[in-house]
Amino acid sequence: MKVLTDTGLVFRRYLAILLHNPWWVAIEVIQPLLYLLLFAPLLKSIAGVPGFPRGGAYNVFVPGLLIQLGLFSSSGVGFGLIAELRSGVVERLRVTPISRLALLLGRACRDVVTIVFQAVVLVLLSLPFGLTLTWQGLLLVLGLLVLIGLLFSSLAYAVALALKSEDSYAALTYTATLPLLLLSGVLLPLSLAPAWLRAIAAANPLSYAVTAARAIFLNDLGQASVVTGVLIMAVLAVLASAVAARAFGRAVA
Amino acid sequence: MTTNIIETHALRRVFKSRGGDVEAVAGVDLAVAQGEIFGFLGPNGAGKTTTLRLLATLLSPTGGAATVAGHDLRREPDQVRRRIGYVGQAGGSDPEVSGRSELLFQARLYGSSGKEAAARATELLVLMELESAADRATKTYSGGMKRRLDIALGLVHRPPLLFLDEPTTGLDPQARARMWTEISGLRAGGTTVFLTTHYLEEADALCDRLAIIDHGRIVASGTPNELKRQIAGDLVTIGVGANHESTLELLRSQPFVREASAGDEVLRLYVDRGEAAMPAILRLLDSAGVELKTIALSRPSLDDVFLRQTGHSLREEAA
Repeated sequence: MKVLTDTGLVFRRYLAILLHNPWWVAIEVIQPLLYLLLFAPLLKSIAGVPGFPRGGAYNVFVPGLLIQLGLFSSSGVGFGLIAELRSGVVERLRVTPISRLALLLGRACRDVVTIVFQAVVLVLLSLPFGLTLTWQGLLLVLGLLVLIGLLFSSLAYAVALALKSEDSYAALTYTATLPLLLLSGVLLPLSLAPAWLRAIAAANPLSYAVTAARAIFLNDLGQASVVTGVLIMAVLAVLASAVAARAFGRAVA
Repeated sequence: MTTNIIETHALRRVFKSRGGDVEAVAGVDLAVAQGEIFGFLGPNGAGKTTTLRLLATLLSPTGGAATVAGHDLRREPDQVRRRIGYVGQAGGSDPEVSGRSELLFQARLYGSSGKEAAARATELLVLMELESAADRATKTYSGGMKRRLDIALGLVHRPPLLFLDEPTTGLDPQARARMWTEISGLRAGGTTVFLTTHYLEEADALCDRLAIIDHGRIVASGTPNELKRQIAGDLVTIGVGANHESTLELLRSQPFVREASAGDEVLRLYVDRGEAAMPAILRLLDSAGVELKTIALSRPSLDDVFLRQTGHSLREEAA
């Protein structure tokens, strides 16, 4: 199928460009790694308080950290696209008969592959701290990250195409990702939150992904929260990629 | 049956903005024949680039109709895309990627196999004399080299029609002359070229036909010579010793003289075609026994055309 061939071509191009400067992939892992080293130990002492989920500090914290990695890694992808708008690359590709969906998916697949790679590195580095995970659990959580990567990199591209300027793009993504993160229970579980905060968090789709990831790390793979989290992310990922593909079809530098 | 590779009828594009709607292209009728170099001339903001983007499927028209390379622009944009090449003002290569990689990728996008793409890339690198820089990142290219790569990218799939948006803007005179040679070479190979420019010399030297656009409307079109003739014809200035008045009357009655006036010591004649009028004037004055002191022919420049059609000079705009 043409969309798949085109997506493959675009994916290979952007993967090659990324591998030209592979240090960025590593640099993005440093931030969650610092959380793991300098923040997670604090949780150890409160892992016993009432309301803290079972499973121990690292099995509670690392799933959230992976979701955060997915969010941060994909929210930065718009910068490269804005540079490409300026250098005329986007316009050049839009004049070719290439599928508009492939223009998005090829890029987004590259981003998803990056996130999955970073997530595997982070999980491996967490094992010595006492993280426990089954193979099925790892695969399932990576699948969830694929959806999150597709969702947020699509959104990032759509925003970049709309704003066309690094400054406003940076301002918007930083402002948008912080509440999304705080209201998802990444740093501390929302089970510790007062009722009003939990009510607001219930409106944040990312909180369902975090809940699902935690259940997966407890090996509760069949739990309803896992299904809910995966479904919500899947639906939003499809919607976001449709919106972003449309934006690629209409982009004007 | 038409041989026009581009035909537009009342093509319009309106941009919504906070201050109200802006009609960037306000009903453009164009006919570009197969195999010609067609120049689109106008100041910045006149609607040149917007028209080009409409024709290259980058923008959808608000109104009107257009056929590009044999296909309806609005109904079959994908068919149009297969048959056109487009080189935007910004170019289109990634600074971190090598020229060869860009050409390979571009060829694959049009459906070439890896082997075909490699052969085509090499062919174009040779044609544009970029072989020695082929595997370097394009950020190391000079302005002229980058432009040649941009054009090579537009030619990968051998399109019958190539759009060039200000192909020589920002190039030094040498690189510009080189680019003119490349573009003329494309016509020799049968490619139709549609280019925008705000350089009058470029339009004059390179283009078979021109259209002048201002405020989203075509204000004049034709060959460079036709356009120059349209405004007032060529100017013949004659210095005669005596018989000022009678000579003026004699010349004014000639069918090829459009306008005649007397100045200090000289007569000014506006004629359709100066090169044909000069011998006729000489014969006429000789047989009438008028002593001729000086005679000079001057042609209006495209800048005069532009000034006449738009009310402002393009040179001021370009500066």
